[in-house]
Amino acid sequence: MQAYFDNSATTRCIPAVREAMDRIYDEDYGNPSSLHMMGVNAEKHVKNVREVLARILKVNEKEIVFTSGGTESNNMAIIGCAMANKRSGNHIITSSIEHAAVLEPMKFLEEQGFSVTYLPVDEKGRVDLAALKEAVREDTILVSVMCVNNEIGTIEPMEEIAGIVKQKNPKAYFHVDAIQGFGKLKLYPKRMGIDMLSVSGHKINGPKGVGFLYIDEKVKIKPIILGGGQQKGMRSGTDNVPGVVGLAKAAGIAYDNFEEKQNHLYELRRHMIDGLKNFDCVTINGIEETGADTGAAPHIISVSFAGVRSEVLLHALEDKEIYVSAGSACSSNKPSLSKTLLATGTPKDVIESTVRISFGTSNTLEEVEYCLSVLRDLIPVLQKYVRK
Amino acid sequence: MYKAFLIKYGEIGVKGKNRHLFEDALCKQIRNSLKRVEGDFSVTKENGRVYVEALSDYDYEDALKAIQSVFGIVGICPMIQVEDEGFDELAKVVVGHIKETYPDKKITFKVDARRARKNYPLNSMEINMKMGEKILEAFEEQGMRVDVHHPDIFVNIEIRSKINIYSQEIKGMGGMPVGTNGKAMLLLSGGIDSPVAGYMAAKRGVTIDAVYFHAPPYTSERAKQKVIDLARLVSRYTGSIALNVVNFTDIQLYIYEKCPHDELTIIMKRFMYRIAQALAEKSGALALVTGESIGQVSSQTLQSLAVINEVAVMPVIRPLVSFDKQEIIDISEAIGTYETSIQPFEDCCTTFVAKHPVTKPNSKVIHKSEEKLSEKIDELVKTALETVETIIVE
Repeated sequence: MQAYFDNSATTRCIPAVREAMDRIYDEDYGNPSSLHMMGVNAEKHVKNVREVLARILKVNEKEIVFTSGGTESNNMAIIGCAMANKRSGNHIITSSIEHAAVLEPMKFLEEQGFSVTYLPVDEKGRVDLAALKEAVREDTILVSVMCVNNEIGTIEPMEEIAGIVKQKNPKAYFHVDAIQGFGKLKLYPKRMGIDMLSVSGHKINGPKGVGFLYIDEKVKIKPIILGGGQQKGMRSGTDNVPGVVGLAKAAGIAYDNFEEKQNHLYELRRHMIDGLKNFDCVTINGIEETGADTGAAPHIISVSFAGVRSEVLLHALEDKEIYVSAGSACSSNKPSLSKTLLATGTPKDVIESTVRISFGTSNTLEEVEYCLSVLRDLIPVLQKYVRK
Repeated sequence: MYKAFLIKYGEIGVKGKNRHLFEDALCKQIRNSLKRVEGDFSVTKENGRVYVEALSDYDYEDALKAIQSVFGIVGICPMIQVEDEGFDELAKVVVGHIKETYPDKKITFKVDARRARKNYPLNSMEINMKMGEKILEAFEEQGMRVDVHHPDIFVNIEIRSKINIYSQEIKGMGGMPVGTNGKAMLLLSGGIDSPVAGYMAAKRGVTIDAVYFHAPPYTSERAKQKVIDLARLVSRYTGSIALNVVNFTDIQLYIYEKCPHDELTIIMKRFMYRIAQALAEKSGALALVTGESIGQVSSQTLQSLAVINEVAVMPVIRPLVSFDKQEIIDISEAIGTYETSIQPFEDCCTTFVAKHPVTKPNSKVIHKSEEKLSEKIDELVKTALETVETIIVE
């Protein structure tokens, strides 16, 4: 049996999505900027995609900008917003557990003279709201906090953050990196006070190399990719028509029968955690409970087995065709401990033995059972051979 | 443009009756190396010289690089090759060549003609004189002078069926052609040292096979791929390498279980030597090659090396034995293995490294510890040897 439990890294691009894309590659492959019929046909597809995505988020079609994926969406939101608003201030706030696609642009902006505040999180990975309240200033132009943490699956309190930001400085924008949240949670930016929202295609069974950024029409932002002026100049480059068609198809499927899918993921997570808790010396990082009001995303589990190094467990599971990811890269020349787990106060030895299990809707309870039974064989053996 | 190369070799020129074997090996290695270069080439030996000729369009830089990576070559002379269309035509080519190659004409030169084809109307002396005149005619005003004793450049003219002209010599790597000095088994890890050791053994003409000890799940597929990549980089100099991948996990775990932890590395290495030797015997290799350097790590103190070396029945060649780390890094950068070596999947089997390993192991103590393995170790070694995966890397 094979069990792919690395869906937060990437997912399989499902056949329905590929078929939709194939039609574009094969038939309506025109450039939407072309004046002839082929261009017009392609443009219709792009327009339709905007409608689909706008409906899912309950926003306006023109507020969707297509990008090459989550990283570009985050870069555009952060750098584009900072560049357009530097006259209003040079202060930006983010959390200390963001993905590199947020933290690196922040670092870049610091080099450009911006000042960035990194908010601490509690032991479950939730942003410290009191610290946020203190941090928002007159000259704060942007607050960027993720929707779901990619390593431990904690959902950030987005509405509370939005509330605090707007109360303290109505001019500051709120960006959410929703790359791990979109498709797994219902997200309505306008109701939640979110001004910008980043989404990636390949995390939701869509194609790689495509994503989008929702930008509320009132947000002042500059493009970061310049060229032929496509997408009203906001993001130049020939439209990736097959990509966005695949993205919309995948998003449509993710939000079709949504409750059923979410419940399935909850069930997988609950079942896996119940099984994991039977092991000796096991730690579940982040929020252990599963369900709608727990603050845990339905699809991510971060778990540590004392004394078993992440990479060793990962490769041992790989041998049984179970695929997970390691919480930290183990290597003698470059020790790199997870920033997220350090920020939640996780001890070093627990961090070094953390693996992430992340589900997709096509995973089954049988796969969870299989994984647990493999772990029951492996863990005692691996725990026997520890470094002395 | 250069259409051919004259290959100069040093040591192999003085090997008496075996000389043709050395020359054949050299030609074979050059041919092999040129396979990676776009274009068709012929490599021939003739009267104690080796020539590479391009038979089609080719990439000069790539071809030169490929030839430069062959051991046994001391110099490479890029040659212009022309048909015999009379002396005046030849002089034009020679003058053109000097004009292009030496922007600063304030140099001294000597013409050095050889006439292998004796029916050429001028003899060597006459060619020297007349060509010297033509060159002076062209460049004397710019400061060019003749110096028959210590010229800056030799303008070589070889009259054969075609005429070869060359005046530059590019340094080769020296050494001896791979295949002229037997075969050895290289213990290849993913680190910086062992690829350099393999390269250096090959420099003396030794053919290289390699063995890598893989320990899944403690070492990853990527670590294995890294070793394959390193072997491929080394094979640019050594020719194809048979890389033996030994699954070492069970042996490691067994040693871990039975022996004192601080002796683990020493005992592990003794078994690596034993397995490498068994593989060497099977493939006809006559020695082991390792990247060990005295004192670099705990298992490479002289005491440790002595205890590990006890199990060796064949010579263990340690080309890096007295090199400093920085010297090894310099070579590894020069031969292009460094960047691959420092990729960070090296050491996921740190599980097995003791925090305080012995640095002065006692041979008797180690023997005693190994006795504790007697029950299962032979079987485990046998299985490891039977399940070796051999990858031909080229």
